[in-house]
Amino acid sequence: MSSLSFAARDASTMLRRNLLHARRYPSLTLNLLLTPVMLLLLFVYVFGDVMSAGIGGSGADRSDYIAYLVPGILLMTIGGTVVGTAVSVSNDMTEGIIARFRTMAIHRGSVLIGHVIGSVLQSVASVVLVGAVAVAIGFRSTDATALEWLAAFGLLVLFALALTWIAVGMGLISPNAEAASNNALPMILLPLLSSAFVPIDAMPGWFQPVAEYQPFTPAIETLRGLLLGTEIGHNGWLAVAWCLGLAVLGYFWSASKFNHDPK
Amino acid sequence: MPSFVMPTSRQGDGHPSPAAISAVGLRKSYGDKTVLDGIDLRIPAGSVFALLGPNGAGKTTVVKILSTLITADGGQAQVAGHDLATSPDGVRAAIGVTGQFSAVDGLITGEENMLLMADLHHLPRREGRRVAAELLERFDLVGAAKKPASTYSGGMKRRLDIAMTLVGSPRVIFLDEPTTGLDPRSRHNMWQIIRELVTGGVTVFLTTQYLEEADELADRIAVLNDGKIAAEGTAGELKRLIPGGHVRLRFSDPAAYQGAAVALREVSRDDEALALQIPSDGSQRELRSLLDWLDAAGIEADELSVHTPDLDDVFFALTSTSQTNQPNQPKEAVR
Repeated sequence: MSSLSFAARDASTMLRRNLLHARRYPSLTLNLLLTPVMLLLLFVYVFGDVMSAGIGGSGADRSDYIAYLVPGILLMTIGGTVVGTAVSVSNDMTEGIIARFRTMAIHRGSVLIGHVIGSVLQSVASVVLVGAVAVAIGFRSTDATALEWLAAFGLLVLFALALTWIAVGMGLISPNAEAASNNALPMILLPLLSSAFVPIDAMPGWFQPVAEYQPFTPAIETLRGLLLGTEIGHNGWLAVAWCLGLAVLGYFWSASKFNHDPK
Repeated sequence: MPSFVMPTSRQGDGHPSPAAISAVGLRKSYGDKTVLDGIDLRIPAGSVFALLGPNGAGKTTVVKILSTLITADGGQAQVAGHDLATSPDGVRAAIGVTGQFSAVDGLITGEENMLLMADLHHLPRREGRRVAAELLERFDLVGAAKKPASTYSGGMKRRLDIAMTLVGSPRVIFLDEPTTGLDPRSRHNMWQIIRELVTGGVTVFLTTQYLEEADELADRIAVLNDGKIAAEGTAGELKRLIPGGHVRLRFSDPAAYQGAAVALREVSRDDEALALQIPSDGSQRELRSLLDWLDAAGIEADELSVHTPDLDDVFFALTSTSQTNQPNQPKEAVR
């Protein structure tokens, strides 16, 4: 076998290990799902009337706000899932088994690649679950074509990949699970400061740059455009650029941290 | 100890060294703290080597360097014919490591841990299952195979740990304090396991704080102190480094004691305990002639005991340069 197929084999072994962990101990994953689902229900059923009045001017009702809210909630779900990634990477690094892996003739990066692929799969599964809740309370796509659905799915996967690599780096620099979950907090906070809940022009002027110049807003706007037919504009390229930038940055950051001599 | 010149295997000249592990001048420091200050080692294939030292002497650092976990700041080393610096993957393919802290995945079962190792050694599926089942059987873990490894006792975890290390049939095995924290029965089981490994032709590099363990298992022992090898040799050679072997005669009758002291002359006296010490290496021949001599002189002691210096004495003598409170009496080994 070539070294590439060895690498693929080792990575898939590590992926199986991570999926086994996730299946045996689903509580962390499920806990992280609660936040987006609760926010979805809270904003629709408790704040829904006020919020819908705020977004669409006169005549907007609750179902309009559900449509507005869901793309942001879906991306926030990814942000929540990768907090779990940071925690599990940090936990894993404190385990003796990682030292064992380092002394074995296996592909060096397979441990991290296993975490990343596992986490992206978990993100997709979480998005599907939260999406199902959204559909159950009345979310419907307006005239999205098959190609747009595919693009939306691709964006979600790419976004998950980008945030996961960053989360893996955060996990690697965290000495323990608590520190990892603190370090990964921006992944949950950023969507709150984006256009997920209210349009950016409805925010105070001084705050608008914070909401505008961060990865969640262009990704949310792109997803909205794909599923609901709103204007995407430059947000599509911006979202892809953010994702690729973060993924590459996270990859090199994580690789350099992981290849460093352990203490 | 004078350092000896080591025949190092030069790369590419077609003369592989018969040593399973050889190292010259290994150095490692963390910040301004020097942990290893020039370590030279040469360990023949198929032998058991014990690195002995007090806590913090740098034993684990040596294992970490030789097992490619961390890189040395200086010096060079070959393990199983591969150079650490230029061919770490070659080293990794030949070694198995059981670290000081359990290297099992606690979240999955013992069997899953074994199959994980089989997959990472790229064993075909069927062979992986066979090897895993065999080792679980050999290490008495069949009953617990389906339970998460985090629920295992210390001894079971250690057995699983070693079983995992053996999956790839490594030629050189590093065991970092393999019996620390084990109860006496588990410790003896572990010793048995290590002996079996060596009969299979494997080279074992073990670190330990227990002198008894090094004495039991190792062909050669090196005492590591303050980042340097303070002494190296067989257990017997090390014991010969310090004096102190003697036969001790104890009396209950002061008159008999006085008589014997006068008759024997060349002895050290302990008037309070009514005991005499006669220098002796404790060999059967010397003991017989001593007993004959006592009989001829009509001396009958109430108690006779043979004292040989053990590794404890060697250890303390070699490692207590910085400590003032050192036990300098050989331990009692009544025979």
